[in-house]
Amino acid sequence: MNKNPQGPNSDKAIRDAQNQRKPKNAKSTILRLLRTMMQDRALFALAIALSITGNLLGLLGPRLAGEAIDAIGADGVILWDTVIAKCALMLVSYAASAALSYALTMLMIHISRGVVYRMRGQAFDNLMRLPVSYYDTHPSGDIISRISYDIDTVNASLSNDIVQILSTLVTVFGSLGFMISISPRLLLVFCVTVPLSLYAARRRATVTKPLFRARSRKLGELNGFVEEQLSGLTTLRAYCREDAAVEKFDAINEEAVVAYYNSEYQGSVVGPLVNFINNLSLALVSVFGALLFCAGQMSIGAISSFVLYSRRFSGPINEAANVFGEMQSALAAAERVFAMIDEPAEPADAEAAQPIGDVQGHVQLDHVTFGYEEGKPILKDFTADVRPGRMIAVVGPTGAGKTTLISLLMRFYEAQEGSIRVDGKPLDAVTRDSLRAAYAMVLQDTWLFHGTVYENLRYGSEHATREQVIAAAKAAHADSFIRRLPQGYDTVLTDDGANISKGQKQLLTIARAMLLESRMVILDEATSNVDTRVEKLIQKAMRELMAGKTCFVIAHRLSTIESADEILVIDHGEIVERGTHASLMQQKGFYYGMYRAQFE
Amino acid sequence: MKKVLLVYLRPYYLRMVLGFAIKFFGTILDLFLPWILAYIIDTVAPTGDRRMIVLYGLAMVACAVGAFLMNVIANRMASAVSRDATRTIRHDLFARVMHLSAAQTDAETKPSLISRLTSDTYNISNMLGRIQRIGVRAPILALGGIMVTLTLDPVLTLILAATLPFIVLLTIRTSAASIPLYHRVQEAGDKLVRLVREDAAGIRVIKALSTTDTERARFDEVSREVIQCEKKASGLMARVGPSTSLILNSAQVAVILAGAVRVASGQCEVGRILAFMTYFTIILTAVVNIARIFIVFSRAAASADRVMAIIDMPPDMLVLGSGETAPQNAPAIEFDGVSFHYGASSENALEEISFTLQRGQTLGIIGATGSGKSTLIRLLMRFYDPTQGAVRLFGQDVRTLPAHTLRAHFGAAFQSDTLFEDTILENIRLGRALSDEQVALAAQDAQAYAFVTGDKEGFDAALNIRGSNLSGGQKQRIMIARALCGRPDVLVLDDSSSALDYRTDAALRRALRERYADTTKVMVAQRISSIAHADLILVLDGGRIAARGTHEELLASCALYKELYDSQMGGLDA
Repeated sequence: MNKNPQGPNSDKAIRDAQNQRKPKNAKSTILRLLRTMMQDRALFALAIALSITGNLLGLLGPRLAGEAIDAIGADGVILWDTVIAKCALMLVSYAASAALSYALTMLMIHISRGVVYRMRGQAFDNLMRLPVSYYDTHPSGDIISRISYDIDTVNASLSNDIVQILSTLVTVFGSLGFMISISPRLLLVFCVTVPLSLYAARRRATVTKPLFRARSRKLGELNGFVEEQLSGLTTLRAYCREDAAVEKFDAINEEAVVAYYNSEYQGSVVGPLVNFINNLSLALVSVFGALLFCAGQMSIGAISSFVLYSRRFSGPINEAANVFGEMQSALAAAERVFAMIDEPAEPADAEAAQPIGDVQGHVQLDHVTFGYEEGKPILKDFTADVRPGRMIAVVGPTGAGKTTLISLLMRFYEAQEGSIRVDGKPLDAVTRDSLRAAYAMVLQDTWLFHGTVYENLRYGSEHATREQVIAAAKAAHADSFIRRLPQGYDTVLTDDGANISKGQKQLLTIARAMLLESRMVILDEATSNVDTRVEKLIQKAMRELMAGKTCFVIAHRLSTIESADEILVIDHGEIVERGTHASLMQQKGFYYGMYRAQFE
Repeated sequence: MKKVLLVYLRPYYLRMVLGFAIKFFGTILDLFLPWILAYIIDTVAPTGDRRMIVLYGLAMVACAVGAFLMNVIANRMASAVSRDATRTIRHDLFARVMHLSAAQTDAETKPSLISRLTSDTYNISNMLGRIQRIGVRAPILALGGIMVTLTLDPVLTLILAATLPFIVLLTIRTSAASIPLYHRVQEAGDKLVRLVREDAAGIRVIKALSTTDTERARFDEVSREVIQCEKKASGLMARVGPSTSLILNSAQVAVILAGAVRVASGQCEVGRILAFMTYFTIILTAVVNIARIFIVFSRAAASADRVMAIIDMPPDMLVLGSGETAPQNAPAIEFDGVSFHYGASSENALEEISFTLQRGQTLGIIGATGSGKSTLIRLLMRFYDPTQGAVRLFGQDVRTLPAHTLRAHFGAAFQSDTLFEDTILENIRLGRALSDEQVALAAQDAQAYAFVTGDKEGFDAALNIRGSNLSGGQKQRIMIARALCGRPDVLVLDDSSSALDYRTDAALRRALRERYADTTKVMVAQRISSIAHADLILVLDGGRIAARGTHEELLASCALYKELYDSQMGGLDA
């Protein structure tokens, strides 16, 4: 059984370990988020300016109101002119303040969406760089969860909480200034309570951080499970496993909601806690203020102004504390996203690596040994020299290592011993992209995406004209069924082509390969679900596809490969026989036995 | 949304009310503090009684402690309600999704169902928590503030209150307008899910075609769409906060002007207007906060609609009342004039299919790509209902059998079948009550035993995602073992030995013949050798039965079959 590098069991263990070992440093996550935001430096500066102006305008209104009321009460005479003037000013300032606050919100929406867009871009960019083995070991649902839900969480927090924190900072510093001017001594109270709040918030953070992390992780697991079960829905239905799946879901759902509750249980303490400390400072201020008054060191008026400003001071801090939970969950989510962005990509091409250029198609495998796990080689000492334009068939029992061979040719994995050369160039001397582009590959597992038939066909050869696409479809005998689809070539294939049969999917992927202008062709059970009559019909086209090209063909249907220039019979990773169909039949060995078996 | 509030929250009403009450008292205590403070400064301090000052100070601390405890308790209760409601909603949604009919699943698409289960339920859960936490304090403050102003000057309060209908109308209308926009956000999210899901499954092809840049471009397009939709929806809701402030602040100006008039006519004192302003600030903050809750609410409402649309989907493919009892010795399978077309398609995928198969017999189905072979299987197992005619299993119309009774008869391996990220044992057993011995036996018959036990972990070896650590043929054998394991009455193999080499395929057929003689077998295949021994072979062509008979009969009578045979057996002179 071929397995991935560490074997499936340890894969899971490693994944868990990775989840544990992720950057635990909240500061670096915050800095990184800030850096992502700072890419809009000008806009960010504008947001800060808007926030400051807006808040100052906000302070202006009450002051004008006070002045207007003073004008009403001034010595029993109402100064109508002043009242009306102040009221007009108030209207203006409130309108301006509303406009500014709207502008600020829109700006923050713009900035935070920009951050989200960039983070998604980076995450996806790296996804495209990751080795194939990453996808073999990470549930799609978890990948989806990171790129959609986790980034959404960051987004929600960015657009709401940052504004909150900005205005908190502005008001806090403003009020602090006023309070110093009134009574530096009373401010001593805050020397006790502010550090106390900070300490309390920090303590809370250390308690809640792992909880919020767990919450994100559990949600990721839930998504992973959901994705897998929905992918296998037909199977589950066929075996009446729906209720069993629901039961399993319930268990995972339970973990997810409990993780949610645990994080909220601790996280939702922060708001009231900070509020409590603020209230405490209020009590201290009033007691000490009153005592100072008794000692004749402070006037009643000064105390009440001080209290007024201290309310202004603590209000925003409360608000900020209330978004603490959201920020924690945003940080945990950001960590998961950054972890995906930082996942080591396929090793970069060697510095000296060149594009492979025009390929003749001379492929040499020189004593190649490879296994997904150490000590369990799948291919052993594999040697073959495939001249340009030759068709090589690889046959053998299932699990003999045929598909592994393809993975090595395409450099999805690297040989552990020996070397593979194309036109005399070792694989690591050429760039991966150019190497892969030199092959046209059709796999047994067809892959189609949500898009029209036409888009699916020209996938990978965007320069192809509609005529060329249709010609290729005709050659692959796909044209007639495509035309019978509701919108012909413009029919949208949904859910990996759920609306067409597997054999039809194979015909589409064959047509797709025919459009590629590659010098080398790999067919891995390309026609296994196509009926033999159609296969016969498309054989001519296949031969055209393969004409003059180096071809590697894997097929169980021996009729497919009879015409190969050379047949490699492999068993347990070793070449046990090689030759043409005729010579192998004469040999009456392994191949002969396999061939006879189809008529048993 | 209504359903979330009325049905899913109903069991928690009592807890919510209790939580609200606690939160209410906590908030009241919170409001006591400034009052005590004013009392200390206005009344106690001038007396110079330091003991009383300290005493009142302690009272403030006591209030603070009380407020803290009550708020914490209320918050935690709110989180618990949110947890429990979310659990139920997710459970109901998942259970409903599992029991949707195949046609319903096709219509909704899997990526959309996935995102409803994840992102939408998350939005709801988030809303439930937030509204309970913030949604109590703000209304209390707003209402309390208005009550106090009423005692100060009812006329001025009326001016203030006159703006409330405008604010309510504005908030509700904006929120209502934003819900469709949030719908679009979630739909764009579906596309994102679909694309990432597709690319994760097709990474080998993407890398092979070096189309990672194409994928990046496709992703970029979807990602932009999500952002655009988000901006639109959030941008609309962003109007609510500033407009509310503006309306209220304008009312404040009006209050001052009216106050001036009233002071002039001696109906009011300046001091009252001053006090009025203090409470006005409280009301303003509270109302703005309420408006903010509506943002969360609108988003969640869109999500709730999407979730409830699935939960409330009427059950499809109902079990029909059975008039007929199963006749003795009825044929195992009977298709009676069956025609069928898929939902949107106008073309029949199957036309006028009629045949019968006796118990223990083998049915072979062969035919061109897209000729309707898999569709026939889908009707047999009632994933879809025929548009015409009837399918009978052991004499009973499949529509009269409850899904579980019906499918319990089957063991099936499909063309595009799924392996789960679990052990081999669990993949074969699939949660059924089957012993290790039964699993091992089935694996033997499916020709999987040797390669499974060849690995040191044997049946406990874990499979990767989509079984990617197995070869194509190995995967198929695990799936066949799964189908055989329950010793079903009817075994369905839909082209599920295509990746097996001929020798293994032959061994499998031998095992089926010898050890599953009583089992009725339905085999779809491309290889004639896989079905040549069948008691009845149907040759399908364009959804119709082109020919039927045994291998020998068809060779003699059916040109199409003969052609297929020759093309596969060609070159062998034995």
